[in-house]
Amino acid sequence: MIPAPRLKLAGITKRFGDLVANDDITLELRAGEVLALLGENGAGKSTLVSILFGHYVADGGTVEVDGRVLPPGQPKSALAAGIGMVHQHFTLADNLSVLDNVMLGTEPLWRPSSRRRAARAALLATAARFGLGVDPDARVGDLSVGERQRVEILKALTRGARILILDEPTAVLTPQESLSLFATLKQLVAQGMAIVFISHKLDEVMAVSDRIVVLRAGKLVATQATEQADKDQLAEAMVGRAVPPVARERGLDVDLAAPAARIVCALHRAGVRGAGRNPALVDVSLQLRAGEVLAIAGVAGNGQRALADLLCGLLALDSGTLEVLGRSLPARPRSWIDAGVARIPEDRQAVGSIGELTLWENAVLERYHSRRFSRWGLLRSARARDHARRLVEQYDVRGAGRDGLDAPARTLSGGNLQKLILGRALSGVRYRDQGPQLIIAHQPTWGLDVGAVADLQRRLLDACARGAGVLLISEDLDEILTLADRIAVMSRGRLSAARPREAWRLADLGAAMAGLPGAAASAAAPVDTHHAA
Amino acid sequence: MFTGPGRAMSVDTLDLLAGMPFWVAVLRIATPLILGTLGVLLCERAGVLNLGIEGIMVAGAFAGWLTVYQGGGLWTGVLVAALTGAAFGLLHGWLTVSLALSQHVSGLGITLLASSLASYAYRVSFPKVESPPTIRPFADMSAWLPLPILNQQTALTLLALLLVPALGWLLYRTPLGLALRMVGENPDAVEGQGLSVAGLRIGAVVAGSALMGVAGAFLTLAAFDAFYFNMVNGRGWVCVALVVFASWRPGKALLGALLFAFFDALQLRLQQAGAGLVGIDVPYQVYLMLPYAMAIVALVVVARRAAYPQGLMKPWRKGER
Amino acid sequence: MRLEARAQTPAWMWLAAPALALAFTLALSALLVAWAGAPVGRAYALLLEGGFGSRFAWAETLTRATPLILTGLAVAVAFRARLFNIGGEGQLYAGALAAVAVGGLHGGSAFAVPTGVLFVAMMLAACAAGALLLLVPALLKSHLGVDEVVTTLLLNFIVLLLVSAMLDGPMKDPAAMGWPQSVAIADALQLDKLLPKSRVHTGLVIALVMAALLSVLLRQTTFGLEIRAVGANARAAAFAGLPVRAVIWKVALLSGALAGLAGAVEVAGRAGYVTLDMSPGYGYSGIVIAMLAALNPLGVVVAAVFVAGMLVGADSMSRAVTVPTYIADVIVAVSLIAMLVATMLAQYRVRWR
Repeated sequence: MIPAPRLKLAGITKRFGDLVANDDITLELRAGEVLALLGENGAGKSTLVSILFGHYVADGGTVEVDGRVLPPGQPKSALAAGIGMVHQHFTLADNLSVLDNVMLGTEPLWRPSSRRRAARAALLATAARFGLGVDPDARVGDLSVGERQRVEILKALTRGARILILDEPTAVLTPQESLSLFATLKQLVAQGMAIVFISHKLDEVMAVSDRIVVLRAGKLVATQATEQADKDQLAEAMVGRAVPPVARERGLDVDLAAPAARIVCALHRAGVRGAGRNPALVDVSLQLRAGEVLAIAGVAGNGQRALADLLCGLLALDSGTLEVLGRSLPARPRSWIDAGVARIPEDRQAVGSIGELTLWENAVLERYHSRRFSRWGLLRSARARDHARRLVEQYDVRGAGRDGLDAPARTLSGGNLQKLILGRALSGVRYRDQGPQLIIAHQPTWGLDVGAVADLQRRLLDACARGAGVLLISEDLDEILTLADRIAVMSRGRLSAARPREAWRLADLGAAMAGLPGAAASAAAPVDTHHAA
Repeated sequence: MFTGPGRAMSVDTLDLLAGMPFWVAVLRIATPLILGTLGVLLCERAGVLNLGIEGIMVAGAFAGWLTVYQGGGLWTGVLVAALTGAAFGLLHGWLTVSLALSQHVSGLGITLLASSLASYAYRVSFPKVESPPTIRPFADMSAWLPLPILNQQTALTLLALLLVPALGWLLYRTPLGLALRMVGENPDAVEGQGLSVAGLRIGAVVAGSALMGVAGAFLTLAAFDAFYFNMVNGRGWVCVALVVFASWRPGKALLGALLFAFFDALQLRLQQAGAGLVGIDVPYQVYLMLPYAMAIVALVVVARRAAYPQGLMKPWRKGER
Repeated sequence: MRLEARAQTPAWMWLAAPALALAFTLALSALLVAWAGAPVGRAYALLLEGGFGSRFAWAETLTRATPLILTGLAVAVAFRARLFNIGGEGQLYAGALAAVAVGGLHGGSAFAVPTGVLFVAMMLAACAAGALLLLVPALLKSHLGVDEVVTTLLLNFIVLLLVSAMLDGPMKDPAAMGWPQSVAIADALQLDKLLPKSRVHTGLVIALVMAALLSVLLRQTTFGLEIRAVGANARAAAFAGLPVRAVIWKVALLSGALAGLAGAVEVAGRAGYVTLDMSPGYGYSGIVIAMLAALNPLGVVVAAVFVAGMLVGADSMSRAVTVPTYIADVIVAVSLIAMLVATMLAQYRVRWR
C-alpha cells in the first residue's frame, strides 16, 4: 500500500502585481524521499517554499501536511506541523551565540526563566546524531559560512522537523562541503525525513534526489523519477528553448600576442588585514594582460570581497604592490574611474545603483563631474540624457515604463539593471570608441535568467576581443569554465597560481577551493606561463 | 603650592563630595534618567529608535500630576503616567513597525505631539494661574528603610533601582528577553521561528514608553510638586545618549545615569556655593553646560566600540524578503 | 496587517493624501477645542481669520514665516543627505549672536566700512556661526560614526546657555532695564519693512530667494545630485566615486548657514537685538516644516506659511475665545503625523490577513 503523502501542495498560485510567481502548482512529497525543485533563477522555487513555510500567503491553493490543511501565512503553524526551512540567506543573529539562535522560539515566551542547560544538552545530542559539530557558545558572526549553515540546519532539527526544505544550500559550499551535506541528507532520509531540495544545478540534483520537479516561469513543467531522468531533457525543460551556448572564441591568441599584450593589472604579494580575526588577503599575486579573461574561482567568503574592493578602488593595501595600467592608484574610486577602469560590483541594488535616482542620473553617476556632463557646477542634463538614451538602446535596457529615462532605477528588473550598470561601466567618456582596458567583474551574472546571463557574457567577451583585460570573480564554476582563459582559485585569503583553463580538472578546482594540499597552492613568486620575452 | 582661596575652594569641594546631602541629590537626579534610559534601551534592543521620549516624559509628568491633583493616589498617578506613555508608545510602534515609517521622523513627531497635548491640556485645566498649583508628592522612605542615602529617596527611586536587575534578568535569562534581543538583531530569524516581529517590537516600544512616562511622573510626583513648562529640559535626549554609552546593557545604563547625575548635582552645588572652580569666576551657565557636554563626550568616546543591535533603525516589512 | 507596495500610485491619490490628512487634523483638533469649552466653528473661523483673513493677518503670518522658511530649508537640505540636523535652534541663536557681534558691538562703528558691506558681513558672520556649529556633529558622524541626532540636540542646550551667559556679560545692553538683552545692531543695518505699518520685512525676500536657490541647487547642480545620491544610498555613491565625506561636511555648512541666517534675519528684521526668548522653537518647527514639505524647498515655503498661519491665528483666536495657544502646536504635530500616514498609504496598500 502506498503511504499517504506527508506533504501535499494543491493548486498553489501567487501573484506579485502583474508577475505570476507560481501558477497552479500541485505536487506531493513522501516520507523518506528527497524531492528536488529544479529551475533557473526567477522560476518561482523560492516563492513556492516561502508559501509552504508561511512567509507568504498564496492567492490560491492549499498546503496539506499528513492530510491536514495548514492555515496559510503563519510560520508558527508550519513549524508546529513539522516543517523546517534552511533559508538561502541565513536567518541568524550575528551578535548572539549559536545556542541563543537555536533556542529562539522553542520555549513559551511567558516562562520566567530559560532552561539553557537542557537546551544545550539537547543541541549537542542532535548535533552528534547527525554529525554536525558546533560550539554552542560561539558567536555566530565569527563562524564560517559552512558552520553557519550547520546552525541553520540544527535550528530545524531541534524543533523536530519532519519535512526539511533546503533553499539553494550548496550556493555557499565547496564541492567537498557539498558532498558532506549530501551525506547528512542521506542520513536524515534514512531516519524518515522528507526533504525538499531546491537548486538550479543539474548535477547536484541528479546526485542527491529521488524525484525531480521542474519549474519554469511559475509553472510546473515536468516531474520525473531521478533514475529515469535525462539530463538534456531536464535542461530543456528548465530553459524552455535552446539557448546557443556562449563560445569562447580564442580570437586573440594570448601566447603569440604575449610580447605585445601589456599587463593591465598586476598584484604582487598583496595583503589586506580585514575586519575579523583572520586577514582578508594574504600574499596574493596575479597578472592580467590585455585581451584575456582571468577568472578567480572560489566559494564565497574566502577573500573575494576584499579582492574585489581592492580592485575597485575601495580598499587600500596593507602590504605588497598593486599596479593598474602601469601605475599605482590611490584607494579612491574616483581615481580608478578616471584611470579608465570599468567596475561591475557584486550587489547591483545596494552598491551598483541608486534606486531612488533616475535612469539617466544612474547612467552618468560615475562621470557627472566631467566637463562633458557639467559646467561650472551645473548639470548639463540634456547631454546626460542623450548619453543615457544611447546607453539604454545599445545595451537593451528595458522595463523603464512610461517615464523612460526619468523612471527611478529601482523599477528595473535585475537583468535590466545589470545591463545598465554594464553599459555605464563599458562606455565611460574616456574610452570613446576604444572601450575600457581593464574590466573588474564581480559576480556579474548572479541572479539573472539564462537569456540575460548569455547576453552579458557575450558583451564581456566582446569587450575582451576589443583589447580589454577582464578580471572575473565568480562563484559559478560553469561561468568560469565558459569564459576564462586562465583560472586562479581563492581560498582563505590566498590565491593559487593562475593556470590555463585546460590545465584544470574539476577535482583540482574543488580541492583548491577547499584549500586542500595537493592543489596548486599559492606560490611566493607569481607563476605565469605567459612571460614577457 | 596651594594657599589662599584656591586651596579653600578645593577643600570645600571635598567636603561637598563627602557630605550625604550631595549623594542624596545625585540619586534623586539620577532616578528619571535611570527610568528613561531603561525605557529607551528596551525600545532599541528590539530595534526601534524612540525619539518620542522627551515628549512622553512631559506627557507622563502632566498626566501623573493631574491624576493626583484630581484626588487620586500617588501610585495611581504613576500608573496613569505609565499608561499615557504606553499610549504614545503604541502610536509610535504603529507608525514605525506596522507602517514602517522613518523612526527618526515618527519619534520627533510624537515628541511634538505629546508635549503640545500636555501643555494644551494643562492650560485648559488651569487657565489663569499665578503660580502652578501643587500637590503633595511622595514622601521619603525614612519611615521604614534603615539604609542611609537610600532612605532619603522616594519609593520611585527604589523602583528604578530594582528595575535595573529585573530588566537584566528579563533580557538575558528569559525566552521573552531572547526574542526581544533577536528581533533587534535579525527580524527574519524571529519570523522564521514562528514568532511575531510586529508583536514583539510594538510590545517593547509600549513597555519602554510606559517607563518613560513614569520617568516624567517622577519629576512632578517626587522631585517637585507641580507641573512646569520646560520641566523636562532635555533629559529625554540625555537618556538617548546614555543608552549608547551603556552599550544597551541595563547595568551600564545605571552607571551612566549615576555619572551624569553626579555632574549635574555637582554643578548645582557649585552654583549654590557661589564658588568658582579653583578660584576662577565662572558664569553659572558653564556649570549648567557641563552635563550636556559630558553626554556628548561620552557618546564620542563610546562610538567607536558601539555594538549596535544590527536591526536598529532598519524598517522591516513582512513578506518582503 | 501587512503592507504591499502599489505598482503605480494614481494621480488622484497624490492630491487626496494631503487633503485627507488635513481633514483628519481638523477633526481631531475640533475635539480639543470643544474640550476647552469653546464653540468649534467659531474657533476655527477665528483661527483662519487670524492667520489669513486680512492684510494685517497676512502680514503677521508672513513675518512669522520668514525665519521658519529658513530653518525649514536648513533641515530640508540636511535631511536630504540623511544628516539629521536637529540643532537648528542652536544654530539660529549662534547666528543671531554673531550678527549682533558684527553689527552691534561698539555701536556698529568700529568697522570703518560702508553700511552695505557691513550688512553683508553681518549676514555672513551669522552664516559662518551656524555652519561651524553643525560642522562639529557632522564630522563626528562621518569620521567616528557618532549619531548626529543626539549631538545636535544636546548642542542646542549648550548654545542657549552660552547665549544666556553672553547676555549677562559681554554682550549685555547696559541701557536695557530688567530683561537681559543684547546690544542692538546699528539702525542702518536693520532690514526695511516691506509693507508700511506692518512687521513684514525684507527678510522675507531673502528667505524666498534662498528657497528658490536651494530648489535650483538640488535639481540642476552637480552638488545637488551629490546630496541626493549620498542621502539615498551612501555606499553606492561612494562606489561611483562621489566624495561622500566632503558632501556631508559641505551639506552641514550649508544647512548650518541657513539656520544661522534665520537668526540674523530675525535680529535685523524684528527687534534689532537678541533676547533669550527670541525664538519660540523656530529650529524645531523647521523640522516639522521640512517633513511636511517632503524635503522639497518650494514645499517648505508653503508649509512654513501654513505653520505660521496656524501660530498667528491661534494667538489671535485665544484672545477671543478660551482656547490656549498651544492648539497651534497640536495642529501642526497632528498634521505632520497624518501627512506621513497618508503619504505612506498612497504608496502602499494595506492587506489584512
